[in-house]
Amino acid sequence: MTLLDIVLFLPLVGFLLLLILPKESSRMAAMVFSLAVFVVSLGLLMPYWFQYPAGHTFSTNVSWISYPPIRYHVAIDGLSLWLVLLSTLLTPIAVLVSWKYIDHRVKEYYAFLILLEFGLIGVFVAMDLFLFYTFWEVSLVPMYFLIGIWGHERRIYAAVKFFLFTMAGSVLMLGAIIFLYNRTGTFDYGEIQGMIQTGSLVFSPQAELLLFLAFFIAFAIKVPLFPLHTWLPDAHVEAPTAGSLMLASVMLKMGTYGLVRFCLPLFPDAARRCAPWIAGLAIIGIIYGALVALVQPNMKKLVAYSSVSHLGFVVLGIFTFTQQGLDGAVYQMLNHGISTGALFILVGYLYERRHSLEISAYGGVATPAPNLAIVFLITTLASIGLPMLNNFVGEYLVLQGTASANFGWAVFAALGVIFSACYMLWLYQRMFYGKASESLAHHMPDLTMREWAAIVPLLILMVWMGSFAQSFLPSISVQNAAILESTKKLRVERVAIPARQTAEVSRANH
Amino acid sequence: MPITSFLPTNVDYARFLPEILLTLAGTLIMFLEALRPEGKKSNAGVFTIIALVMALPAALMATPGPAFQGMLVVDGMATFFRTLVIVVGLLVVFSSTDYLRREKQESGEYYALVLFSIVGQCVMVTANELIMIFIGLEISSIASYILAGYLRDDARNNESALKYFLLGSFATAFLLYGIAWIYGATGSTNLTEIRRALTSGAAPPEAMIGVAAALIFVGLAFKISAAPFQGWAPDVYQGAPAPVSAFLTVGPKAAAFAVLMRVFLGSLETAAPHWMPAIWVCALATMVVGNFAAIMQSNIKRLLAYSSIAHAGYVLVAVAANSGTGSAAVMFYLAAYAFTNIGAFAVVTYFGRAGEKYVAIDDFAGLAQRQPAMAAMLTIFLLSLIGVPLTGGFFGKFYIFKAALDANLIWLTVLGLLNSAVAAYYYLRILVVMYMREPGESVEKLPPAGALLQIAVYGSAVGTVLLGIFPSLVLDFANRAALR
Repeated sequence: MTLLDIVLFLPLVGFLLLLILPKESSRMAAMVFSLAVFVVSLGLLMPYWFQYPAGHTFSTNVSWISYPPIRYHVAIDGLSLWLVLLSTLLTPIAVLVSWKYIDHRVKEYYAFLILLEFGLIGVFVAMDLFLFYTFWEVSLVPMYFLIGIWGHERRIYAAVKFFLFTMAGSVLMLGAIIFLYNRTGTFDYGEIQGMIQTGSLVFSPQAELLLFLAFFIAFAIKVPLFPLHTWLPDAHVEAPTAGSLMLASVMLKMGTYGLVRFCLPLFPDAARRCAPWIAGLAIIGIIYGALVALVQPNMKKLVAYSSVSHLGFVVLGIFTFTQQGLDGAVYQMLNHGISTGALFILVGYLYERRHSLEISAYGGVATPAPNLAIVFLITTLASIGLPMLNNFVGEYLVLQGTASANFGWAVFAALGVIFSACYMLWLYQRMFYGKASESLAHHMPDLTMREWAAIVPLLILMVWMGSFAQSFLPSISVQNAAILESTKKLRVERVAIPARQTAEVSRANH
Repeated sequence: MPITSFLPTNVDYARFLPEILLTLAGTLIMFLEALRPEGKKSNAGVFTIIALVMALPAALMATPGPAFQGMLVVDGMATFFRTLVIVVGLLVVFSSTDYLRREKQESGEYYALVLFSIVGQCVMVTANELIMIFIGLEISSIASYILAGYLRDDARNNESALKYFLLGSFATAFLLYGIAWIYGATGSTNLTEIRRALTSGAAPPEAMIGVAAALIFVGLAFKISAAPFQGWAPDVYQGAPAPVSAFLTVGPKAAAFAVLMRVFLGSLETAAPHWMPAIWVCALATMVVGNFAAIMQSNIKRLLAYSSIAHAGYVLVAVAANSGTGSAAVMFYLAAYAFTNIGAFAVVTYFGRAGEKYVAIDDFAGLAQRQPAMAAMLTIFLLSLIGVPLTGGFFGKFYIFKAALDANLIWLTVLGLLNSAVAAYYYLRILVVMYMREPGESVEKLPPAGALLQIAVYGSAVGTVLLGIFPSLVLDFANRAALR
């Protein structure tokens, strides 16, 4: 048993314990448990301390189901390490922001929150396709309840839509997983990837395309990529603060993580063939998300649409097939988790004070609550990609990668950066500047200690990730290089095929 | 040949022991019931449980081989299904006692009928002879017709029993007619002989076999409620007493699937190219009809009835795979579904209260706040019906679609998977009502559940989760028992 197994199963133990404990102590127990998980998970950093191993660490590979051979195979690498830490960091913060806000059915709430952590960590560390699918679906159930029970007015609609969208995408992925198993006799990600790399497993172009799409659609719904994004604004707006936080910061990353982990290395040919189309959708998403965010009267919806825009960058970076693009995309996953997570927390703070999500209900908040205004400003600046703050690094790398792949794409994608400054700054101006009305000033106390405690770790990370990217990027980069290599190798082999060669040669002769 | 060689030997009886035990118990209950003084409490329930518990090891440990001159055969599949229907019987009896007490209909006949129905199903799954299949089917069906109308003063019970009986007899006639055609074509009703006749050089005309197969399929499709022969199922399952509905959706169906596999994947295997398209279409139609009709329902029993049609469709996908993996998938799925569905119906039984007053989905509003444990159990069953990982229902579906993809049924797999996404919608509705609505008067003053009912609910939940996390427990058995 490795440290990773403990990190993975501690939340499950916590979930079961919360069910047994009396409901008065569930809030405290959830806090203690999620903090404990976070502290333990910091131990996962050890192999990555000023060194950048390429392969798996903390690997456990034991048989789970004897036939068909499904294995409990979990491991960490440079790609999943930070996502796991993001989940373990945000869960105690989610508990903290729910402290006062959740006042009914408290026990179930925290139990579901901890169960969600179990599912999320599992998704990022599973190295067996069946195990991955299991966690993928398991994480769906607690989020469904979190939105459906503790959300706002239209919560039921939003929860059901969220569940059905994800389910519809993932059943096709299940079909593709079974198909892969039937061809290879294993569910092990590493083994299947090895077979594809060595050429012992070859699909016809059509089959590869279908398999790629089966995985891709499941992930694209989760990301969400335009035009599959419609569930996201509903889910975000209706979810309680902690639900939006976990959804935006971690759950959406399940989709982008899946793209990097599975779509690229397993189906490199099809991925390259589809890249222009996907990049097109990503760019549409970037601009569309930003424009729609611009006109939102509801601040939570605005942040939700900004997520569509930001995640467009991530998808674009992934499908440039360049080192910078991929590094930027993965880094941007973390950045978005930090800065958008912080935005949702702050929106939640404002809602707890004023009980309205309408932007027009605010104005001049900076006067009664200066600290809140400063924190919001830093987060806003981080979100629009100001240098020295985290999003800048990710967006810059993505744009650089995109420009080297296709300059035209980069031009359009850069528009998104400009738009993001427009909608965020305008939002800030409308809400925090101006003269505060009497009633608003009355109901707008400044940040409490608990609220500071929840937001400060994120502020620190914004600055840290923006100024010292070298603490995070190298280990990601090593992993990305390996993934990129695996998509390139095939291309070289493909060029070696005679038919292809003649085509290349004849084109060169022209 | 001396007459003694035709007489059954001890080995034959040993292989037939579960049926013998259950028949004896059923008959004894009927006798004791007649002798019971007026007003004295019947303890037939306990007696039934003891009989079933005794039959369980007898079924599990029966030595493989033929019995009664090859009329019956005890093989892996027979053992699997006999065990399954006996376990089903146990769970049903556990969930019935409360119900009968509540409806003030506690009498021994009910238990005797359950036992006879199980005997019939045991005979069906061990039969190696079309006539034996027919006899088993009749024993099982006649007992279930009466069970469906057990509350004789209740109008819906009567409707249920009458519909079940009329359409059921009609379907049995089809089956019998098909058997006659088979006999005419091959000169035998023994499944092994039929297979031999079909594979020999002098095979009978294909058309004759086709007609026979079609007729037999119609008869069995009725029993498994496959479209287009599913019309009776919603009315019957809705009208029958809840524990009986639970029994009817799993027991007779499992046995009918066993027969379907024995006849089609065994004897008529050589004609597979002919019947395969029919099963393909039938599987798809059953899934679509079941799922889309279930979306509209507002009564939970009727919803579960349509869902049971849809699930028969999934199992037919595995039958269409026509392979060893396929038949193992059928067996595993039926086992997982048995736990799940009996559990769900047990919660409905508990919640329905006297006269099944509260069976609308909306009545479940806020159940999670008043009875968190029961709501959590129903959640497990519903998640298993949706097919969420770590439940038996998921692994069953996974294995079915694996078998289908193995057999290159790509389109059927894709359509089946999409169907299961549609199905999520109506199961989620129940979760929504239970967890996300405020409690109404229907969830107030719920009496505590009886001990036996609790055993049924929690036992089924444990079974459902166990099959999801450690499917090997049953899957290895099913794979060994698979026909090929």
